[in-house]
Amino acid sequence: MVGIIHYGAGNIFSVLTTVERYGEKVTIISKPGLLKKVDRIILPGVGSFDPGMKFLIDTGLYEEIKDEIKKGKMFLGICLGMQMLFESSEEGKQKGLECIEGKVQRFPNQHGLPVPHMGWNSVNITGNSEIFNNIPDGSFFYFAHSFYPVVKNKKMVIGQTEYGIKFASCVQKDNIIGVQFHPEKSGKYGLLFIQNYLKL
Amino acid sequence: MLTKRIIPCLDVKDGKVVKGIHFENLREAGEVVTYAKYYSDEGADELVFLDISATLEKRKTVKHLVKSVASNISIPFTVGGGIKNISDIQILLENGADKVSINTQAVKNPRLIHDCAKKFGSQCIVVAIDAKKKENNKWEVYIESGKSPTGMDVLEWAKKVEDLGAGEILLTSIDADGTLAGYDIDLMKKVTERVKIPVIASGGAGSLQHIYDVLAYGNASAVLCATILHFKQITIRQIKQFLFDKKIPVRIV
Repeated sequence: MVGIIHYGAGNIFSVLTTVERYGEKVTIISKPGLLKKVDRIILPGVGSFDPGMKFLIDTGLYEEIKDEIKKGKMFLGICLGMQMLFESSEEGKQKGLECIEGKVQRFPNQHGLPVPHMGWNSVNITGNSEIFNNIPDGSFFYFAHSFYPVVKNKKMVIGQTEYGIKFASCVQKDNIIGVQFHPEKSGKYGLLFIQNYLKL
Repeated sequence: MLTKRIIPCLDVKDGKVVKGIHFENLREAGEVVTYAKYYSDEGADELVFLDISATLEKRKTVKHLVKSVASNISIPFTVGGGIKNISDIQILLENGADKVSINTQAVKNPRLIHDCAKKFGSQCIVVAIDAKKKENNKWEVYIESGKSPTGMDVLEWAKKVEDLGAGEILLTSIDADGTLAGYDIDLMKKVTERVKIPVIASGGAGSLQHIYDVLAYGNASAVLCATILHFKQITIRQIKQFLFDKKIPVRIV
């Protein structure tokens, strides 16, 4: 059973249908009490930092997510869901989940590149994680974001992408995985990524 | 490296994809889900689904249609047409749309852009601008499917929607739309110089060279294609191969 956290805004439909495609049962979670019962958790990424964090804090899901992560449950944060794993974000004032050391910041405009970073970009695989099983180095994934995490411990960066600067597009810390791209929107390699996650 | 996107646009009326020349003389082309799946498999980088009848006939975009399209594809998907308020947007996003495109209502109520960007994030708010050329190298914003002039300058409006929190601009040249005579490169260039958010070029693609030109010289982040693709004059694969050979970064599938 996969628990998908729904914080009230945006499209979780795509993540849901993708997970169900691989025969997994899904529970949509918007209040505490259910996270214990699922085998793995997905925090999808739509919305902006403060309303998302505020939702987790106000509902009490904040503490529960941290507890489940500490117990070793597999956790996947997508896009904003990845950014929420860090300590703070330039996008808002709320604290993050503080599961991974680092801060989220905005793309600088000085490179003359449009912001948001929007579209298909390649991911260079920099670690040995099984999350990238059968996915070739340099494969394209779909991104739609203006902020990116600066990860303190570079060993946790398992995927890198270039957009004016090189940034961490995939991080892993033990049972926690965060991706800046949207695997559920990234064609066949995105589907493979989700499939790999469901096997971890 | 970030690739340039090729985005088929599905203009939809009563559940069918239609072709529009100058937004009039609609002609039936085919089933929307069939097109969506076909283009996704062909290597489309995104899809745009515009219910072109929605604004004129005050009809809301059908949510179950959105759902069935979203269930059949694993690429991003924008929905537009007849969006009036934040709850219309919420319904579309909940049913599988990744982004929404607002046009007429953004002009009538610019605050909607700000409110939606705040609630759902800028990345899912596309503001569509229909531009008609005037004299002196200026363009005017038109609304209601290109029927009503607003008196607003396109460049100023583009800057304003960026400031309000739009994540992207979908820029259509009404003069070029459906003509197959090429994009309005001047218009694209002026708008991309003015804003920092990505701009999608729309209206006028009739050849591979037209697509190259608007990406290379107009600085578009993406191109929207309808007529040229729907009647299979050119395939997405051909477009991408052509661009790849000319050193434009594209995602080849």
